[in-house]
Amino acid sequence: MATAARPRLLDWFDERLGLTALREFAAHKTVPLHSATAWYYFGGITLFLFTIQVMTGMLLLLYYRPSPTEAYESVQFIMTRVQFGWLVRSIHSWSANLMILTAFIHMFSVVFLHSYRRPREITWLSGLVLLGLAMGFGFSGYLLPWNKLSYFATKVGTDMAASVPVIGHQVARFLRGGEDVGGATLTRFFGFHVAVLPGLTTLLLVIHLGLVQRHGMSSPPWKEGKTLAQMRFFPNFFLRELMAWYAALGVLGSLAALFPWELGEKADPFASAPAGIRPEWYFLAPFYTLKLIPSHVWRVEGELLGLMGFALLAGWWVLLPFWASDAAGQVRTRWVTGAGVALLAYLITFSLLGYFR
Amino acid sequence: MEQERRSIIGWLLGGGLLASIASFLYPAVKFVNPPDMPEASVNEVSAGKVQDLKANTGKIVKFGSRPALLVRVSDTEWRAFSAVCSHLNCTVQYNDARHQIWCACHNGFYDMNGKVVSGPPPAPLEEYAVRVRGEEVVISRRT
Repeated sequence: MATAARPRLLDWFDERLGLTALREFAAHKTVPLHSATAWYYFGGITLFLFTIQVMTGMLLLLYYRPSPTEAYESVQFIMTRVQFGWLVRSIHSWSANLMILTAFIHMFSVVFLHSYRRPREITWLSGLVLLGLAMGFGFSGYLLPWNKLSYFATKVGTDMAASVPVIGHQVARFLRGGEDVGGATLTRFFGFHVAVLPGLTTLLLVIHLGLVQRHGMSSPPWKEGKTLAQMRFFPNFFLRELMAWYAALGVLGSLAALFPWELGEKADPFASAPAGIRPEWYFLAPFYTLKLIPSHVWRVEGELLGLMGFALLAGWWVLLPFWASDAAGQVRTRWVTGAGVALLAYLITFSLLGYFR
Repeated sequence: MEQERRSIIGWLLGGGLLASIASFLYPAVKFVNPPDMPEASVNEVSAGKVQDLKANTGKIVKFGSRPALLVRVSDTEWRAFSAVCSHLNCTVQYNDARHQIWCACHNGFYDMNGKVVSGPPPAPLEEYAVRVRGEEVVISRRT
């Protein structure tokens, strides 16, 4: 009786949702097998961590209050009074950091495996926008506990925007909700963090994942022309990806439980910036670079010069798929790999210097 | 004739669509732009009692909506500056070991005249006048 009912139920859903087409698509999707196949898992792990962010974020929303008089106290309440509140907040913070780490690993694996090549230019661009959005989540979320470090990090970050010529002041006012970082900034950042950024991220994720399905998994150029063994996406790769997610969850749970995320001291707009202040690790490289640039280089303000340098670097990186190929359409793999190694070396070295000095 | 009529209708419809999009966007853009909040101009504040601050120490005091740094250089010498670093807007502090003003954010140093000594700050700190009225220390904007 039950076995007869099940197919009928499946048929009912199939007729309405087109499940057979989905099953057909999954059955034909394959993943190339080679020595670097493991790097394919990082995009999925990033997506998994994003879903953790959404879920823990929804839980935190039940108690968090976005005002300067209540924000710090509400996070303190979550951490000390709400059952497992410390764990939920710790998972949210650790997962945010791990998500950005895995997004960076995913990006560099795309570079070193040269997966940005034609026709995947828009996949690359949408991925970079997603990375920018993830950093936007990090920057906006950092302020929400309203502690000293986050207050000054936001002051510095929004003031960097203010130093952009012509539009800088308007951009900074828009971000801060006024002339200075204050209650209006907290309300805005909360709005960005829980509404604007999730909306944009969902849209970009649909585009990015849709394009990945459209073009399939890329094989590295040195494997092209060779017959590569293929793994079926479903269930073989999918089950492996699930195991990777499970491992990521294990790492996340251990970090969150063993090293609970600290709350720090409440922000005081009339206190000096504390010694040893530094931003989140993924902003350390530009932070340290700005520290090194003198006040003026020739006649240009050091801060403006630094910003121009970062903008040029970002533009050059965004356009990677377009300068990576020569006129004949041949990919300059050595150039790109060299550029990737140089950027990675800069980020690691300056982040370490920013952390320890 | 038919073609021309279609083209005119196309322009009208397209123009109407663009105009309606603009009419939705304009108020939205205006909405996100924060309104000006005029502040009462502050020219003078009381920074506390003389005995509250020892020689070679400094403290942050409210100067309107912004922080100011008051430094007691010696028993008789006082200095005050805007505490907003000219680099990226952090709040500076007095470094008693170097007898200088320090911004912890990007390691900028200013001397006791507010001039940049080292680091990335591009401009000096605005200096305020300090007067001692009996037991009270008063900071005021220089005219």
